[in-house]
Amino acid sequence: MSALPQQLVVIGGGMVAQRLVEALRARDETGRWHVTVLAEEPRAPYDRVALTSYFSGRDPESLSLGSPDLWGDPCVTLVRGRAATALDLAARTVRTDDGTVRGYDRLVLATGSRPTVPPIVGADLPGVFVYRTIDDVAALRGWVEERSAGLDRPVRGAVIGGGLLGLEAAGALQALGTRTTVVQVGSHLMSAQIDLGGGHLLRRLITRLGVDVRVDTTTSRIRANDRGQVGRLELADGGRIDVDVVVLATGVTPRDELARAAGLAVGPRGGVVVDEACRTANPRVWAAGEVACLDGVCLGLVAPGYAMAEVVVDRLLGGSAVFPGADTATKLKLSGVDVASFGDAFARTPGALELVHSDPAAGVYKKLVLSDDARTLLGGVLVGDASAYAGLRPMVGRPLAGDPSAHLLPAGSAAAAPGGDLPDDATVCSCNNVTAGTVRAAVTDHGCTDVAAVKACTRAGTSCGSCVPLVKRLVGDELLRAGVAVSAGLCEHVALSRAQLFDAVRVTGLRTFSEIMRRHGTAVAGRGCDICKPVVASILASLDDGHVLDDERAALQDTNDHVMANLQKDGSYSVVPRIPGGEVTPEGLLAIGQVALDFGLYTKITGGQRIDLFGARLEQLPDIWRRLVDAGFESGHAYGKSLRTVKSCVGSTWCRYGVQDAVALAVRLELRYRGLRSPHKLKLGVSGCARECAEARAKDVGVVATDRGWNLYVGGNGGFTPRHARLLAEDLDTESLVRTIDRFLVYYVRTADRLQRTAPWIDEVEGGLDGVRAVVLEDSLGIAADLDAAMARHVEVYEDEWKATLDDPVKLRRFASFVNAPTTADPSLAYVAERGQVRPATPTERADPAVLVAGTTLAVRS
Amino acid sequence: MTGAQVRWHEVCGLDDLVLERGAAALVDGEQIALFRVGEREVLAVQQLDPYSGAQVISRGIVGSRAGAVTVASPMYKQVFDLRTGRCLDALGREPQDLRTWSVRVEGDIVMVAAEGLVAPGETGAGGAAGPVDAVGAAAP
Ligand SMILES: Cc1cc2nc3c(=O)[nH]c(=O)nc-3n(C[C@H](O)[C@H](O)[C@H](O)COP(=O)(O)OP(=O)(O)OC[C@H]3O[C@@H](n4cnc5c(N)ncnc54)[C@H](O)[C@@H]3O)c2cc1C
Ligand code: SF4
Repeated sequence: MSALPQQLVVIGGGMVAQRLVEALRARDETGRWHVTVLAEEPRAPYDRVALTSYFSGRDPESLSLGSPDLWGDPCVTLVRGRAATALDLAARTVRTDDGTVRGYDRLVLATGSRPTVPPIVGADLPGVFVYRTIDDVAALRGWVEERSAGLDRPVRGAVIGGGLLGLEAAGALQALGTRTTVVQVGSHLMSAQIDLGGGHLLRRLITRLGVDVRVDTTTSRIRANDRGQVGRLELADGGRIDVDVVVLATGVTPRDELARAAGLAVGPRGGVVVDEACRTANPRVWAAGEVACLDGVCLGLVAPGYAMAEVVVDRLLGGSAVFPGADTATKLKLSGVDVASFGDAFARTPGALELVHSDPAAGVYKKLVLSDDARTLLGGVLVGDASAYAGLRPMVGRPLAGDPSAHLLPAGSAAAAPGGDLPDDATVCSCNNVTAGTVRAAVTDHGCTDVAAVKACTRAGTSCGSCVPLVKRLVGDELLRAGVAVSAGLCEHVALSRAQLFDAVRVTGLRTFSEIMRRHGTAVAGRGCDICKPVVASILASLDDGHVLDDERAALQDTNDHVMANLQKDGSYSVVPRIPGGEVTPEGLLAIGQVALDFGLYTKITGGQRIDLFGARLEQLPDIWRRLVDAGFESGHAYGKSLRTVKSCVGSTWCRYGVQDAVALAVRLELRYRGLRSPHKLKLGVSGCARECAEARAKDVGVVATDRGWNLYVGGNGGFTPRHARLLAEDLDTESLVRTIDRFLVYYVRTADRLQRTAPWIDEVEGGLDGVRAVVLEDSLGIAADLDAAMARHVEVYEDEWKATLDDPVKLRRFASFVNAPTTADPSLAYVAERGQVRPATPTERADPAVLVAGTTLAVRS
Repeated sequence: MTGAQVRWHEVCGLDDLVLERGAAALVDGEQIALFRVGEREVLAVQQLDPYSGAQVISRGIVGSRAGAVTVASPMYKQVFDLRTGRCLDALGREPQDLRTWSVRVEGDIVMVAAEGLVAPGETGAGGAAGPVDAVGAAAP
């Protein structure tokens, strides 16, 4: 090998190019290669998989991949904003659109794909978008924002194509406030990944998000409105959809144009033909990623592209790696709709058996595909609850332990998440091709002691993130096995877990932060931080219910608890008065409405049957609350890690089917537990019969009436990882029910980790759900009397935090907007009108003062 | 600081500030976050949270990280060094620093330097020009 580095040129600066350069720089220790990346997009490679998150206000930087140092490496040249226009295989040169000609020793084509634009008349109208690059998404978002500013009704959008990408785009449009319709050619959504049964349910879940779905039809024409912009879709079945914006998501076409023109072979449906070493017929030219056609197909996923990049690098350095075969498992990235498909999802293997669990009422469809002896897992489809995905996918091709149907049970049952029994060679993270063995070795051989370190060391979980729960489990198991004490410490100031600290404080009786830190903190404890301070505040509140703003404790609270309101994105706050059980008098409604009107607040009904008033400035909070308190309302604690709401249906007093008075119970429970501080927010629900209209089983504590009393469910959580509550006890009379809930709540408050919701707490607490049942119903630990006393004390000392604050001039001082101008409004707040109310102005709107309204500032007349 | 004459603005009384907690102030039309981190020690940084674009830094929780006095933004929880303005934990985003102001406590009056602004880019990442001392660093 000569001392001069050889020239490697990569055409295309996408995800696969990035991985290729990264792998090359990691492995080419002697600097044999200098690599030049020609990128048509005006920026360094970014995370296209996470493109949709760009909608939620993230800046382009947050999509960056890997370390930025890569592009400063002297062995790497990144040419941005330059497309390659011609390739000369004989001369071994590439020309770019500025006329520069570069020679190469080796060349990699990593040009990816372009969105396919179907041959529909009108597909080129303004307002029709594709969805592939940051620029595409920025243009789409700009268009929607502009249209919505000019319309006095919601923007109407359509997505043509109901696959993974189409649904993701529909979700993004919906998030921008657009009324969206998805038009799908085939019989059901995501037809490339899931079967008809799953497709039916998926359609219902998507519809529930407010997105309309049309299947079995094509778009025959896109018509313009009178301004020449997109205006209407005409469908082959005669239907018409009025639209202000259209996204095309009908598939991708490999960008093989350079290769074609240079005379390289392309596949039947496009793509540069390569062998298992990712090499074209020309021994100096490789192709990797979506543009490569291997065994007659191009793969539109990032994981196979990464695998190809690694193969090419290995070959460049003299190795003999071959493409290992593609893992085409996929998971839909649309919040609120859980869909996954993996392995042989359509049961195409001869003799394959399908095991289906379908519960349309609960909104789940799960199918496992098994070998003919029903032992080996071949693939599966999960719709509505894909929590088993991370655990099942690595088991493809392996025998499942125990009864396969156990894997179809609801999330939370132990079988749904294997971890310990996973073989070392099972792939845990398919995006980065990391096996269970590699994760374990990161702990045993490389000294990683937490998930973050393992992620950095192995790259597992750093792309789509769906395997993180499994990685976490593996790491935890491995640390335990290695005898390493898993540090449950809160932060650098406190080496105890929340539960340990709770016990310590309870026993020592210390009641101030400085005392507690001196006694239970680490050597550097001193001042604490944003992690341990709120934990201590919460523990102290649970133990003696002092006012949240009392003396030194005020400094421990985060801003929500500090000013007893919810911080919103522009720095204003929202206010939620308590409405126990969701029952409110007409006079109460009028009073709330009048306050909203007088202070110009945006009003919205919450999921927990409350009224949320947005846009209150810090200095307005006491005035607003004075009015609410006078009208008989008290704090709704929407800001706290505490009891939020008890939601109820109307129950037997009005409902034809009701068997118990759900509202009366809900009001009683809410008044009992109001103000209870906890490791995370707590929600309760009460339904008057088994029809469950209050969705109580989605709550931490759910109560459902029976002919003989109440069924009690616990551990239901919405949010990021939704879980259904599980049955704790049946047919309780009202007094036993209340006592059982008392004990359950105090036991949880005392023993859960920081920010641990009830569902994971039940999974991890000693004995699981059975253990909790033994403690609260059979007093197996002998602490029931203590738990009862703690709740009795909570009920006794409860006082309304807002009323107490209004009575205290010292506390009121923290509501000054500026210490030197206590009643001056934050001059940076700006609002626009929308559907008859205010909302914070977007950055673009701020630049144009013509659209701004005074919002919550001028409307006050007191 | 490059010799510019420093003008000191009286902002508030020391007693107006609560220990270990921030407060916002308007100085020359600019929003500044003041933090009383010791009996007579006050630090000042910009009120604008670079990650959310909202004027909220004063409402974050004061703490410490490996010896540095910090504030965590109440919005997305990035952590900043209150003395230098440096972003110590960007939570996966690009680090963006805060501007700092010199503060002087005279008697029970808290004063902020109207000049004496140190943009983080100018001090360099390592704070080559030195962080602004909390008390009287830029006294004329
Ligand atoms: C919204 C969205 C969501 C997705 N979600 C997932 C997911 O969840 N899971 C998954 O596995 N995959 C997903 N994908 C697909 C994934 O992003 C791609 O498989 C991956 O980016 C392919 O990498 P690549 O490098 O082959 O192509 P690309 O990332 O497309 O990069 C190719 C680059 O080459 C440039 N280029 C092309 N021709 C030239 C030329 N002549 N000269 C210079 N430059 C050129 C292009 O401009 C482009 O920047 C998603 C894609 C999108 C758009
Ligand atoms: S849950 Fe039963 S009682 Fe309650 S509203 Fe529904 S049907 Fe009526």
